[in-house]
Amino acid sequence: MAAPIENKVKTSFTLRGVEFKNRVFVASGTFGYGDEIRTLVDVSRLGGIVTKSLSWKPRAGNPPQRIVETASGMLNSIGLANIGVHTFIEQKLPYLRKLGTRIIANIAASSLQEYCDVLSLLEKQEGIAAYEINVSCPNVREGGLSFGTDCSMTGKITASLRKLTHKALIIKLTPNVTHISEFARIVESEGADAVSVINTLIGMAIDIRTRKPKLSTVTGGLSGPAIKPVALAKVYEVAKSVKIPIFGIGGIASAEDAIEFLLAGATAVQVGTMNFIDPAISVKIADGLAVYAREHGISDIGMLVGALDADLKFSVLQSWL
Amino acid sequence: MFIVVRKNRESEEIVMNKIVQQWCKVQSCDEVAAKTFLLRFTSPEITASAQPGQFINVLSAETGQGPLLRRPFSIARVEGDIVELLFHAIGTGTILLSRKRPGETIDVLGPLGQPFRVDADYDTALIVAGGIGVAPFPFLTLNLQKRHKRIETFVGYRNAGQIITSHLQNIHIATDDGSKGFHGNVVQLFESFLERTDLGKVKIFACGPTIMLKALTELAKRRTLCCEVSLEGHMACGVGLCQGCPVERSGDESKYALVCKEGPVFLTTDIII
Repeated sequence: MAAPIENKVKTSFTLRGVEFKNRVFVASGTFGYGDEIRTLVDVSRLGGIVTKSLSWKPRAGNPPQRIVETASGMLNSIGLANIGVHTFIEQKLPYLRKLGTRIIANIAASSLQEYCDVLSLLEKQEGIAAYEINVSCPNVREGGLSFGTDCSMTGKITASLRKLTHKALIIKLTPNVTHISEFARIVESEGADAVSVINTLIGMAIDIRTRKPKLSTVTGGLSGPAIKPVALAKVYEVAKSVKIPIFGIGGIASAEDAIEFLLAGATAVQVGTMNFIDPAISVKIADGLAVYAREHGISDIGMLVGALDADLKFSVLQSWL
Repeated sequence: MFIVVRKNRESEEIVMNKIVQQWCKVQSCDEVAAKTFLLRFTSPEITASAQPGQFINVLSAETGQGPLLRRPFSIARVEGDIVELLFHAIGTGTILLSRKRPGETIDVLGPLGQPFRVDADYDTALIVAGGIGVAPFPFLTLNLQKRHKRIETFVGYRNAGQIITSHLQNIHIATDDGSKGFHGNVVQLFESFLERTDLGKVKIFACGPTIMLKALTELAKRRTLCCEVSLEGHMACGVGLCQGCPVERSGDESKYALVCKEGPVFLTTDIII
């Protein structure tokens, strides 16, 4: 195999002293624990893997139907089905450590205490580069969105977890609020190192023959290319409001999409839904970024971050920031 | 090429499943019954390792040109380097697929999932299919013939226009409207056959609508017959990443199994349909 193209361009970046080899990650819940298909894709060529959300106890997840395809997107209501943090540590982490990429542990919980317990337990393990905190799952009754749409609760979770770790703390924000920038500001002030923008948008689909919702939980989370313009605007909004790095997420399907997110202000990107269609797409995007940089005479991909050329006097967004 | 390591469910041996993701050339695509298409494409990699009951996940057009997600299809038959799919053209994805012309390509991921357990101890294989649920059975029939099993096949359709019988053996037909064969559903036809025939040790292989599989599960339980079913699941990835296709387990070890990874073929005693 030819040497990775990215060698000629600086692709890496650093977050809280940890270097990530490039700016492309696979998003939580779209790549299992990295072992679903062992040689699915050469993950050592990614910036990192964000694990499926981990809770204290295993969660069975929601009953079927959990997935509906919609125009250029999909609705899901998985309900944080996961093996629990203990099994993760015993069965998955030893394998993940050997993959040659950074592991970001995603944590979901239904109480502040549970977030703290899961993080504290993971803190004792080797091989975790950072934590991403899911305060924004739209598909569970307790926790999930009820935390992520409450500004003071989001701040409180951030502050509590900050005390427990010196590793990078990334808060994954929901777009299902009026101003996502307010949430970004509070987590920044409570010591978060970065934010992930965005989690899924609440959506719904109905079977007109049976008059029943297509998803067992009635509503679910919309993802895929359909949400990319929304995600991009949210990244832009957050980038205008905070100084901490942003992981841009939402419908990224190509290197061009990833570049748009970088220009809007994301430091790195996470590829989600598209992993389901092309399991190797994240590596293709990482390669495509390097090719773009080389073709445009860019020596460091970081130079693209926030490099949007916009005439802000026409920006409607500015008025609420 | 991807390698999946799994345990053979019958022998407990560790086997390597070779999964490929590739653009494959379509050889032909013809309407063989009402809205039912037989699509044939070339993939020596898939034919080399595919087993009856496994499926492939097909993208009929590049991203932006068609539906976003792949569509899962049972492998209907393999012949030389050719893989055959049987499907109903009823939605955007399947209609697009049905319009494929020879020489055009489709993006294929597979073979996926767990096959039928053909090595179990039985003399007669009883195949029960409802509608397009017939899809995995030409391949299974081929495999059972090599094992010299007696095969009896029961197929149920809405009407005579939908009937597919090619590459099946000892076929018993039921139609809902009585336009051909037994007038009624395929499970009734199957049960009446069971009552009047001595078959030795049997094993049921079934695929079809949920309501049919439910009835069959009941029947198998009542008569303590071994029954394996191939399920359909709403899934995105087909390889266990999305967790989108749960089916409830009958045991309490964990609540759900994934249709794509632990199935699509399950023993009816292992799950709740």
